[in-house]
Amino acid sequence: MTLLQVSDLVKTFGAGEAETRVLRGLNLTLKTAELAALLGPSGSGKSTLLTILGTLMRPTSGAHTMLGVDLTRADDRALTEFRNRHIGFVFQFHNLLPDFTALENVIFPTAVREGRESAAARTRGAELLVRMGLKDRIQFPTANLSGGQKQRVAVARALMNRPELVLADEPTGNLDRASAGQVMDLIAEINRDEGTTFLISTHDEKIAALCRRQIVVGDGVVTG
Amino acid sequence: MLYAAKIASRYLTASLAQTGLLVLGVALGVFIFIFMSALIGGLASFILARTAGDMAHVTIQAEAQDPALLGPAQGVLLAQGPATGHTAILRDTAALLPLIAALPGVTGVSPQINGSGFMTRGGEVIQVSIMGLEPGRESVIANLASYILQGSADLASGGVLLGKTLAEDLDVTLGQQVRLTSTQGVEALLTVTGIYQMGSGGPDRRQAYVGLATARVLIQMPQGVTRVEIKLTDLYAADALAPQIKALTGLDAKSWTEQAAQLLDALQAQAQTGYILKAFALLTIIIGVASALLLSTYRRRPEIGIMRAMGAGRGFVMAVFVIQGGLIGVMGGLLGAGLGYLVLLAFPGRESFSSGSGLPIDITQGAYGLAIWLTTLGAVLASILPARSAARLDPVTAIGQ
Repeated sequence: MTLLQVSDLVKTFGAGEAETRVLRGLNLTLKTAELAALLGPSGSGKSTLLTILGTLMRPTSGAHTMLGVDLTRADDRALTEFRNRHIGFVFQFHNLLPDFTALENVIFPTAVREGRESAAARTRGAELLVRMGLKDRIQFPTANLSGGQKQRVAVARALMNRPELVLADEPTGNLDRASAGQVMDLIAEINRDEGTTFLISTHDEKIAALCRRQIVVGDGVVTG
Repeated sequence: MLYAAKIASRYLTASLAQTGLLVLGVALGVFIFIFMSALIGGLASFILARTAGDMAHVTIQAEAQDPALLGPAQGVLLAQGPATGHTAILRDTAALLPLIAALPGVTGVSPQINGSGFMTRGGEVIQVSIMGLEPGRESVIANLASYILQGSADLASGGVLLGKTLAEDLDVTLGQQVRLTSTQGVEALLTVTGIYQMGSGGPDRRQAYVGLATARVLIQMPQGVTRVEIKLTDLYAADALAPQIKALTGLDAKSWTEQAAQLLDALQAQAQTGYILKAFALLTIIIGVASALLLSTYRRRPEIGIMRAMGAGRGFVMAVFVIQGGLIGVMGGLLGAGLGYLVLLAFPGRESFSSGSGLPIDITQGAYGLAIWLTTLGAVLASILPARSAARLDPVTAIGQ
């Protein structure tokens, strides 16, 4: 079943002589429960594509639909709400809120929607952290966690609202081999058990090999 | 809003030293606000007590009679003017005094007979103004009892109260006698029963207080009085009350502001100076909070980006920083108000202030509630600009920083 589709996606930055066309009519379809790697050299447009798919940036032109919703026509408020409910993010540098505990970080997407930290959210957040192997780190300030632990907290946060799509930008790029393996195992497990679609941008061929589909981007279009 | 408040308070507690300094800065501004309020308020009360405090707030003065027309005679208009030494009289005031005294806001009513004369002792002759007061009401307008240096303010015994300077000029002491001759030519030998010092030249040098009965004899006024002075709880109510008294009695009641416009102007100018100083203190608070929060939003740009990526709306981000501003305002306001109160406690009260020593601070005029409220409002307003800037951040750019 189609989860997401973009067609003729164009993104340019700057104007006039300084104009840079990063995406040049890119087409891509993602199905529910896919585990896909997004490959390509630096500057190929991977990060820009992820940003647009995550509704954090609007394309210059082209169509972008997810779950049947035309996201190119949605206003900022609608995009924010859509992002909160249906899309999770995992960044290369975990990007946790430094002054909060692991649990507080994980439940942030739910709490910000509900306007409070509900007991149900805390329970779900704690369950996710246990699943990530962080049972004894639930109330730890994130500053006291290792890089691998922080990235697992970030994965738990991305899953908190049970999103249909998780976009991961180099999620293991900043981790040692062992930690990277742990994070990828968790992603594969969640994809298998919960049917969450993952699109993982990576330079690492080994990480890409763990994914069932490899999407190669080059010069602003999907080349393979 | 509850969750935004949690995030805001966490941001404030995350860097306690920075927050502490910020709150201390706000508290200092509030302290200045409160100190200035207490000082300016106290000074205004002091000046009022020393000037308008001893004045009648409403005065009913007998109007001088117009010359009586004797009728035209061969193209000449003949009129009979009052004789030299004639004093205008308020008749039938006895029945009106209880009515005036019963009006809301009236604290005292003093019927008086005023005139002038000469005081003689030995070879010394000094011109004085005679003020006849009703015994028992000597301190209704000017608090004569509080100015007494020797003897008492009681005029029931038929004596005379003299100012310290006048007593010195006449070389007279308590218990001695002086001769008082009115401009009507009536003489009286009076015992000095009290010597007072008001601190102002006129009354201390030229005023002689006698009982109303003595004044009737001296001024040759067997009935009525020359003026009625009225004291109010709120002297600023005089403008409103004077017409009421006029309507009630049919007499020409005048507010003190008609005769003391310059004093009123000075008090208003002083109040305005106070407002300006307090506005500057408030402006300092606003600038301080705004700049601190601008720095905070700059430092937290990546976090703002993350929050936006996780689904936090612009309104939520804005609320986080506005609440921070509000919390800083409340904490700084409470701390500054507490600090201000404690420091003001160390100053002697306005009552003990005398010219040239200390400050006329009135701790009750610190405007503590207003200071806290205005500071909180100011801090919230100051946070709007940084909050808007945070809410408008592009999440992609912010995360990348």
